[in-house]
Amino acid sequence: MSKKVLTTPIKDEDLEDLRVGDVVYLTGHIVTCRDVAHRRLIELKRELPVDLKGGAIFHAGPIVRKLDDGKFEMVSIGPTTSMRMEKFEREFIEQTGVKLIVGKGGMGPLTEEGCKKHKAVHAIFPGGCAVLAATQVEEIERAEWQDLGMPETLWVNRVKELGPLIISIDTQGNNLIEKNKAEFNAKKSPILEKIYSQVGFIK
Amino acid sequence: MEKQTAVQSLTETMAKFTAYIGKHLPTDVEKKLAELRARETKPLAKAIYLSMAENQDAANRLDRPSCQDTGVIQYFVTAGAKFPLLGELGDILAEATREATEKAPLRHNAVETFVEKNTGTNTGTKIPWLDWEIVPDDDSVTIDVYMAGGGCTLPGSATVLMPGQGYEGVAEFVFNVISSRGVNACPPLLVGVGVSTAVETAARLSKKALMRPVGSHNADPNAAKMEKLLEDGLNEMGIGPQGLTGTDSVMGVNIESSARHPSTIGVAVNTGCWAHRRGRIRINADMSYEILTHEGAKL
Repeated sequence: MSKKVLTTPIKDEDLEDLRVGDVVYLTGHIVTCRDVAHRRLIELKRELPVDLKGGAIFHAGPIVRKLDDGKFEMVSIGPTTSMRMEKFEREFIEQTGVKLIVGKGGMGPLTEEGCKKHKAVHAIFPGGCAVLAATQVEEIERAEWQDLGMPETLWVNRVKELGPLIISIDTQGNNLIEKNKAEFNAKKSPILEKIYSQVGFIK
Repeated sequence: MEKQTAVQSLTETMAKFTAYIGKHLPTDVEKKLAELRARETKPLAKAIYLSMAENQDAANRLDRPSCQDTGVIQYFVTAGAKFPLLGELGDILAEATREATEKAPLRHNAVETFVEKNTGTNTGTKIPWLDWEIVPDDDSVTIDVYMAGGGCTLPGSATVLMPGQGYEGVAEFVFNVISSRGVNACPPLLVGVGVSTAVETAARLSKKALMRPVGSHNADPNAAKMEKLLEDGLNEMGIGPQGLTGTDSVMGVNIESSARHPSTIGVAVNTGCWAHRRGRIRINADMSYEILTHEGAKL
């Protein structure tokens, strides 16, 4: 099977056939954007210094090395826990027109709603695989809001076939991790019953 | 050895070792991941395990931190009372953290609370975090270095149960934490459980439990039995790598405990992600050292 590669700017029709569990790769630009950047846009009403229409964001706080020529080298970049941005993401999608949100773990009903209404997707990059991702970054083209420090700066990356990206929320609002969590929770009670019968240590 | 020379030598060793553990997983974790990868059957889960292995190879080849989140540095110190640099050790470890941050390089992860500014050095108020145990009549020191990212720190929870809830309540607490919040913490996880009196005593023990090797067992037969029951039970949930479902959920469950107040059962859960970056090193009185967690390691 050939690799499915998305290219920025991403159009609605690029995403409409994608379903949760599908694996894609990204070529083009992706901007790191996490806790404080979300808060600044949504709560503090500050304008983002990058245009994300048709673009992609990465919930990630990388390790970056400043080189002697003033450029930046991407050392290590992996996804951070996306759920932290749940509170802001629906409005973030609405205001920026971002199409692809890459992170780790699941997100909640607000993001589902945003993805469905504005035709965007959330995808999981395998957590902890940060050198793998760094080798897929061709160049850091810009760095905005550097006052936020290394993890929170908006690093504008040009990437080639960044992935694997596992679609976890699709444009229909299906949510892979929530579905999985429901399955885990359903299994929990019968497993615990078996354990309870063997740990009556207080007699 | 002159004291100043000894301080320099130990600082250099600990800076190098701190940087090293961010780039290489300990041997027990590597072996466990290989075992889990081999027995995984779901295609997507297998692909994730493959990405993980590729990543560790790339980190080794390119000499880079394998995960971008190199944590707030924690040192668990088991110090002989006669170790020559006992009084200097705190400052030495802070300096080692600063040096490792620059040379590895590590991500800047120390944000001063209330001031809300990143110090940019991975040092700050009470950071690196030090945990001390003193061993009488010994002149060496054994140090566990640990880098826990934010992801696997977030699920951490502690509570105090009533004795009527018993060990059944302990099991339920562990399952609730892992099924609700473990999914985002980069499974397969190492689960550390503390069983004790209060939240802080249980919490400390749950973190100490994560310093124990994967596959080791509590010396108490009942505690060891409970480790196995929880491990098997969590695996039966089939969380899989990254919560995408799979054959297993965890690398293991380690329980540490203390005696408790008769009226309370303090229980805490800490999780270590699959990239469980911890390392143990023993420093002798002459500042020679032995790395205990990474076979064939060279600093």
